[in-house]
Order: sequence, then structure tokens, then C-alpha cells
Amino acid sequence: MQKYSIFNLVKNAFSNHENWDLAWKDPTPKEEYDVVIIGGGGHGLATAYYLAKEHNITKVAIIEKGWIGGGNVGRNTTIIRSNYMHDENALFSEFGMDLWRKMSQDLNYNVMFSPRGIINLAHSDAQMNAYARRGNSMRLNGIDAVLLNREQVKEIIPMADFSKDVRFPIFGGLMQPSAGTARHDAVAWGYARQADSMGVDIIQNCEVTGFDVTAGKINGIRTSRGNIKTKKVGLCVAGSTNILAEKLNMTLPIETHLLQACVSEPVKPILDRVVTFGAGHFYISQSDKGEMVMGGDLDGYNSYAQRGNLPTLQHVLTEGIAMMPFLSKLKMLRTWGGIMDMSMDGSPIIDKTHIDGLYLNCGWCYGGFKATPASGWTFAHTIAQDRVHELNAGFSLNRFSTGHLIDEKGLGTKTWIS
Amino acid sequence: MLHIKCPYCGMRSQNEFSYGGDASVKRPELNKEISDQEWDSFVYNRKSLRGKHLELWQHLSGCRQWIKVERDTATHEIFNTHKADEEIS
Repeated sequence: MQKYSIFNLVKNAFSNHENWDLAWKDPTPKEEYDVVIIGGGGHGLATAYYLAKEHNITKVAIIEKGWIGGGNVGRNTTIIRSNYMHDENALFSEFGMDLWRKMSQDLNYNVMFSPRGIINLAHSDAQMNAYARRGNSMRLNGIDAVLLNREQVKEIIPMADFSKDVRFPIFGGLMQPSAGTARHDAVAWGYARQADSMGVDIIQNCEVTGFDVTAGKINGIRTSRGNIKTKKVGLCVAGSTNILAEKLNMTLPIETHLLQACVSEPVKPILDRVVTFGAGHFYISQSDKGEMVMGGDLDGYNSYAQRGNLPTLQHVLTEGIAMMPFLSKLKMLRTWGGIMDMSMDGSPIIDKTHIDGLYLNCGWCYGGFKATPASGWTFAHTIAQDRVHELNAGFSLNRFSTGHLIDEKGLGTKTWIS
Repeated sequence: MLHIKCPYCGMRSQNEFSYGGDASVKRPELNKEISDQEWDSFVYNRKSLRGKHLELWQHLSGCRQWIKVERDTATHEIFNTHKADEEIS
């Protein structure tokens, strides 16, 4: 594989950049693989990369129905954080933060990781108390957390509404300084390029149509491009999890819902943090191109349509304008939607299943992008060793029946309520 | 914007309704031995179908009645609406 470096950039400039190698190949499916990963999104690509890198398993195929990086890894608001209260989520996400910090060097691909910090705003005394508690829990798990008062928040984000008579005055906020953003497409492409270079076959435009299961064991999969034999299959298909689960006669604690995001026209730098509104569900950051990147609630009903509906967008942006009034002057540039695998307690599932050789990675709700490296790393471990790692031991499939839920937000099973 | 025909009030905008989830989920019968697995399925497990989906909505900013809606989860087309206690064949 050609290394990306300043020297190669200069060298290729002499040939008008016409001789760069392809970043990944377009192979035809082989008859058999050691591991087949279904889903060529961030998590699937990362899983294949760590299977090859950490476990020396390179006879691996990634089967993608569309094109790699075309789903949620290219549709999110690029926020990376580990500001969780429960141990399972906190330790898992903080492990991921380490991988994020090293990712550009590790993948030899600039993912533009920008640890600019995230501020969750508080709008009441009670919320300040709750954030103090969450911040303390984070610090006990070795995650940086700073509780800011109103004046401190004002110093960092003076463009927010600090006037006296607002409906939701800013009391303060909880900040995780090491949180940030990254260029999401680069994450998918970086993992794909490295996985491909280590021998992983990335097979695009190939739909999985069925599974060969005999005596409780996976023997292969059926696809639109022929049958593939394998003893191990990893599902990394986010919002399409239920569709494939149906083919396996499984019913999962997952519902598929629609989540929208949008960007404004690009403007000059004004916001150098990620900020979330505490009296509703709204998050915002500014991209390197200057666009304000915004998102909020689910559309609120089961959906497989990768496009949103206006009432939710209006609701979300009303919150945004309540928090930062200058947003009302901006024009909307693009809006889009993705389909989320909403789990019944808001936390993910990375586990083995009752079918031998079938591994499950789903339930990412609002937080799939930031989990990409940690999810790939732990899922690769689970597949390679046929047992869960301690980092994903809590994310078990049977926690719902045993009562060991990880209900970070205390929402219960109404996944569409926020 | 979805337009939902409330069986009591007629065609109204989505803004007047709140969602109540999969209407095909049935609570286990009382006065009967119920396994943990049955409870588990009732509380947590969902088919989340792609295509025709029978779901509960409440006309919250209207007559406040719960209704059943047959809707396509891929196209968002609404085929039919029913009163909550109506049996649907």
C-alpha cells in the first residue's frame, strides 16, 4: 500500500496526481471466508480492520448492500465524546477516546480529529446537580469533566442567549474538554483502506438474502452475488438489524427509527465547541467548512425511510434558536436522515447469539459514530476469541431478560421519547 | 408532514398526535402461568417491520383517543386508521 505522506504528495504532484493507487480494491466474492462481516459502515469496517490487525485474521469479507460509508457513518453529526455516567458506557467510550486520539497515525489517514470539547448546558438548579453527579461519575472513571457556572459558560460561548428574560436561562454546564469531532467519511475510508491492504475483501453492491444455519450453527450466507461459506458472521447493520434478524427468526430488543441532521450555509468561525441544549434535545458544532452542523430528536415513529419530516426539523431548530438566537439568520443548506437501531435501554448490544458463529453488534441509538473504533475493537475480539471482552461484557443481549439494563437516560422502552 | 385520519375527528396533521408504538404487541393474559420469556418478549422484543406496520397513536391535541394506524415504515404511506378497540383482520 502506498503511504500517504508529504513526500508522496510532492512526488505525485509531478504526475498531476494521476498515478495514486486505488484506496481499496473491488474484488469478486470468494467461495469461503474465515469471517464475514455484514455491513460496510464505520463499525463493520473497523471490525474487519481490528480482526486483521489485532487477531491476524485476514481471510475476511465485508458485505455491503450499497457502498461503504453510505449509511449512518456518513449521516451523523460527527460528535465524539465519553461523557457517560454508567460504568459500562463510560469505560467503553473512554477506551474509544484513546483510539480516536491515535487514529490518524494508526490509519495513515487524516480523520481530522478535533478535540474541541463538548458542553452540555444546564437550565435549572436541579440540572446542575444532575450534571455535578454525572461529572463526578465520569471523573471516577478517569474521564475529564468540568462543571462550569453561568459566567464560565458565557466566556466560552458568548453567542448563546444569556439575556435575562429567556424561557430557559443558562445556569451553567458540564464540559468534557477532550471530546470533539472528526471527519466521518475519512473514518470509514481510512479503516477501509487499511483493512483492504491487510487482505480484507470489501464487497460492495452485494445484498445478504439469507443465512445457512444447520443444527444451531452458521455455515454460510446467501447473497445477491452468490453463496459464501463461513463459520463466523458478524452483523453490523445498524438500522437494518431487524430486517436481517427476521431472516434468522430472531426478534430483538431493537426498533428502527429515523433521525435527522442538517447543516446551515457556511459562515465565518463563531463556535469552536460542541454544545448541547439541556432543556430539549439539540446539538450543534461548526464544521471546518463553516457550516453549523445540527441535530436533535428522532422523528418519533418507526421508519426505514432515510429521509425526514419537517415537523421534527422545525421543533429541533426552534430549540436551537432558543439557545443561540443568531441561528435564525442562517439559511439551511442541507438536511438528511438516517435510520437508527434504537435499543430498549439506550445502550448498545455487542454479543454472541444463540446461533453458534453468529455475532451481533447493534443498538447504537444516537451514539454510533463516536463508538466506531471501540465497537470495532471489541467486536473483533468477540468474534476472534468467541467470547466477549470485559469492555463489552455489559452490552449483552440477555441483559433485558435478566434485568441488567444500562438505562443511561432512564427512558425505558419507549425509544422514541427523548 | 403525515396526515392521519382520526376515526373520531377526521383528517388532522401529524402535529396533533403522539406515537404509541407497535400495536401488535399483546400483554400476556392475566390468570395464567406466564414464563419470563413471555414477559421479556412483551416488554422488550419488537419486530420493527419494514413495510406495513400496525401502530398506536394518540390524538393528544384533539379528542385524546388512542387509535390504530396501518402505515408503511419505508414510504410513510398511511393505508387505514381504526379505533383502538376495533379488531383488525
